[in-house]
Amino acid sequence: MADTNYDVIIIGSGPGGYVTAIRASQLGLKTAIVEREHLGGICLNWGCIPTKALLRSAEILDHANHAKSFGLKLEGKMTADVKDVVARSRGVSARLNGGIGYLMKKNKIDVIWGEAKLKSPGEITVGKSSKPAVQPQHPVPKGVKGEGTYTAKHIIVATGARPRALPGIEPDGKLIWTYFEAMKPDFMPKSLVVMGSGAIGIEFASFYRSMGVDVTVVEVMTQVMPVEDPEISAIARKALEKRGLKILTEAKVSKVEKGSNSITAHVETKDGKVQKIEADRLISAVGVVGNIENLGLEDLGVKTDRGCVVIDGYGKTNVPGLYAIGDVAGPPMLAHKAEHEGVICIEKIAGVEGVHPMDKGKIPGCTYCNPQVASVGLTEAKAKEQGREVRVGRYSFNANGKAIALGEDNGMIKTIFDKKTGELLGAHMVGAEVTELIQGFVVAMNLETTEEELMHTIFPHPTLSEMMKESVLDAYGRVLNA
Amino acid sequence: MPINITMPALSPTMEEGNLAKWHVKEGDTVSAGDVIAEIETDKATMEVEAVEEGTVGKIVVAEGTEAVKVNALIAILLEDGEDASAIEKSGDSAGSSEAPSKAEKSEAAPAAAADAGSKEVIPVGTEAASGPNPAPKGADGGRIFSSPLARRLAKQNGLDLAALSGSGPKGRIVKSDVDAALKSGTGKAAAADAPKAAAPAAAPAAAPAAAPAGMSKDQVLKLFEEGSYELEPHDGMRKTIAKRLTESKQTIPHFYVSVDCELDALLALRAQLNSAAPTDKDGKPAYKLSVNDMTIKALALSLRDVPDANVSWTADAMVKHKHADVGVAVSIPGGLITPIIRSAEMKPLSVISNEMKDMGARAKAKKLKPEEYQGGTTAVSNMGMMGVKDFSAVVNPPHATILAVGAGEKRPVVKDDALAIATVMTVTLSTDHRCVDGALGAELLKAFKGYIENPMSMLV
Repeated sequence: MADTNYDVIIIGSGPGGYVTAIRASQLGLKTAIVEREHLGGICLNWGCIPTKALLRSAEILDHANHAKSFGLKLEGKMTADVKDVVARSRGVSARLNGGIGYLMKKNKIDVIWGEAKLKSPGEITVGKSSKPAVQPQHPVPKGVKGEGTYTAKHIIVATGARPRALPGIEPDGKLIWTYFEAMKPDFMPKSLVVMGSGAIGIEFASFYRSMGVDVTVVEVMTQVMPVEDPEISAIARKALEKRGLKILTEAKVSKVEKGSNSITAHVETKDGKVQKIEADRLISAVGVVGNIENLGLEDLGVKTDRGCVVIDGYGKTNVPGLYAIGDVAGPPMLAHKAEHEGVICIEKIAGVEGVHPMDKGKIPGCTYCNPQVASVGLTEAKAKEQGREVRVGRYSFNANGKAIALGEDNGMIKTIFDKKTGELLGAHMVGAEVTELIQGFVVAMNLETTEEELMHTIFPHPTLSEMMKESVLDAYGRVLNA
Repeated sequence: MPINITMPALSPTMEEGNLAKWHVKEGDTVSAGDVIAEIETDKATMEVEAVEEGTVGKIVVAEGTEAVKVNALIAILLEDGEDASAIEKSGDSAGSSEAPSKAEKSEAAPAAAADAGSKEVIPVGTEAASGPNPAPKGADGGRIFSSPLARRLAKQNGLDLAALSGSGPKGRIVKSDVDAALKSGTGKAAAADAPKAAAPAAAPAAAPAAAPAGMSKDQVLKLFEEGSYELEPHDGMRKTIAKRLTESKQTIPHFYVSVDCELDALLALRAQLNSAAPTDKDGKPAYKLSVNDMTIKALALSLRDVPDANVSWTADAMVKHKHADVGVAVSIPGGLITPIIRSAEMKPLSVISNEMKDMGARAKAKKLKPEEYQGGTTAVSNMGMMGVKDFSAVVNPPHATILAVGAGEKRPVVKDDALAIATVMTVTLSTDHRCVDGALGAELLKAFKGYIENPMSMLV
């Protein structure tokens, strides 16, 4: 008889689930992971990773279009081949998908293929997936366990999230796209309306704009990337508009008329006027909702709130032995938050000492549009809302040697300190490669440095990172190169 | 590869120890089992044995260094055929020990408290500090691991970091610890308490809640003329006593029950038992019972009879002990220690008496093993031999009770409506009210009084 009893079963193999499984295995727990569609989840099959591959193609194309300014001459014109751009992105995804299979094997984690349903605390049944797999699907890994009943002392729900649909503007996979379709276009549309300007919306808008598409972004809030610091958002918006992106804020898509191969979006602006925008396709990017359905959560009486499972600081639900982590356990719905939440959860289960709940105020966020945006901690406005007196430092890319040499002299690094204590409350960046820079400030915040330690840290020259230090110096009136 | 020798944990609760003595020097060869060093922990001196053979390549922590954290690198052992150059190769981990060097030892001033009350903000355009918030030293000179922000906050709020425990990685003090301390009042340095000190009447009441760490060294010394005192650094035992008893009085709601016990029957029985003790060939008796031995036995039997009082408090559950392990406070030079008579309710008086004699002697020589003084379910503190009439003791967790025993003295008592003379001893039971309520404490004392006044019942 096959062994179907585990210490831990994790439902969902996205970045939260698979990392949790590996950590569980490291801690000596007998671990299985259930996946119904693709190892690595949305993140590396239809999210973070394949979009970065697409955006890389876009970036190279952008550079080529500016070759002249670098003294380079391109004979003829560089053009994108949609099919090959998508194929590369799928290839990147496939490679990582295979990598997860390897990691599971290496860590002696059983992969159970199918859709899990909680039967009772500590018991699941795995059956056929009720959801048709997004095509093209990577091959099912070898050696997986199949349908059946499995038991475990601890069950961790890590089922992730899916695109949110607005009533009346439901994605149809043809004219109204979600990220799934936007990630594998079989033709390059001439025009697009992107509904929503969060990370997903603005990244696709940026990608398609680089591909030469006429893109209009519609955002209900007052600024693009609504969670970002307004000052940073404004710089990003200006740069995006300079690249030919049309942006409508405080505007709402109230209706979408479908034609045979195009749509007409009715966009209502703040003043009550409605403008009709015709485009080949509409991308719906109005957020994601947790996958809490068909899991048997209701039967077990698991508490949920606004589409997410309610957990304590260690991933515990109200049902003993049942945990949830990642997108399904609530915002911010980010892969790195899921990973960390999973590690905290499993370490708590294993009794590792010194495990603390996650500090959600120190989760960085990155958006890979051109120019990139990255941030951690409080915005200036939020800090003031909390009654903090702040010192704010700003440093512009146009005074940094490396940025000028790169031909990327547009952007800003903004730092926010508590005036009284010198606590670094937040850092906000827009410009080239800032998604790689932000981690410096994340480390600083986690180690609880004050402005002093940052001022006494040596930043290498010539780098973009020097701007981080200058921004800190600026907050204390000591900026050097400005 | 060179072998790192780290500060061993000699007991489950040991966090740090003093490196009292090295028995080897660099270049010596050692075999497994050789005693290489002596470590002084909070209450005992223990020997450290080599677990592998090799040559002592480098002594990282000098003899006499205090407060060396458990697992800190103290020495490096070279394997056969390795020379000192292997130490360099073995990486920076070897050189950058967490242990404080001997030189640092004398810097005892807690930097955190030095500028208590300064709340200024670094003005724009000036350099207010010469370097990053300097890492503070503990009272013993050992580095207190803390985040820069925690140090800044502590300094701005006049908080002594040495009084805080850290919740960060490896006990690092982080912002949330300081925030919590500010809320609860822990570690508030003397600057903030000065007004209270000026009102002596109010001070004792306010002190335990507001100023458990007391005034900083600098603040105390400021009140005395230089040269009018000598400074003697605390040893491990003194620090442990300070820490544990502060903790006890801060976290344990004490209450006290007193009772007078007549001793005449007990003294008579004791004389009878001692005179009947068998002697060996040198004429030495096999035992010589003391009143204290009989007190230990009586308390143990009382706890057996009133098992609800033989408990320890934890936040989640009541720990109900199956045996009465009685700690006995033994005064030794520089402090006190409480060796424990395990399962004292089951032991004959002669065994209790001899165990006490043995452990008392070893306690004075600081040779008790940690398991001989850690734990216990209750304690006895006897000051009768010093003529004390009555006093109340501080509960020493995990105990829920402690019995303070006064002197047996002749007092007038009323017997059958007539004045009579009896030898009377007053005992006071301190209890942790979280687990031993008033009536239960009284019941325990009633049982105790019963055994003392009818001592024959202890023999059956």
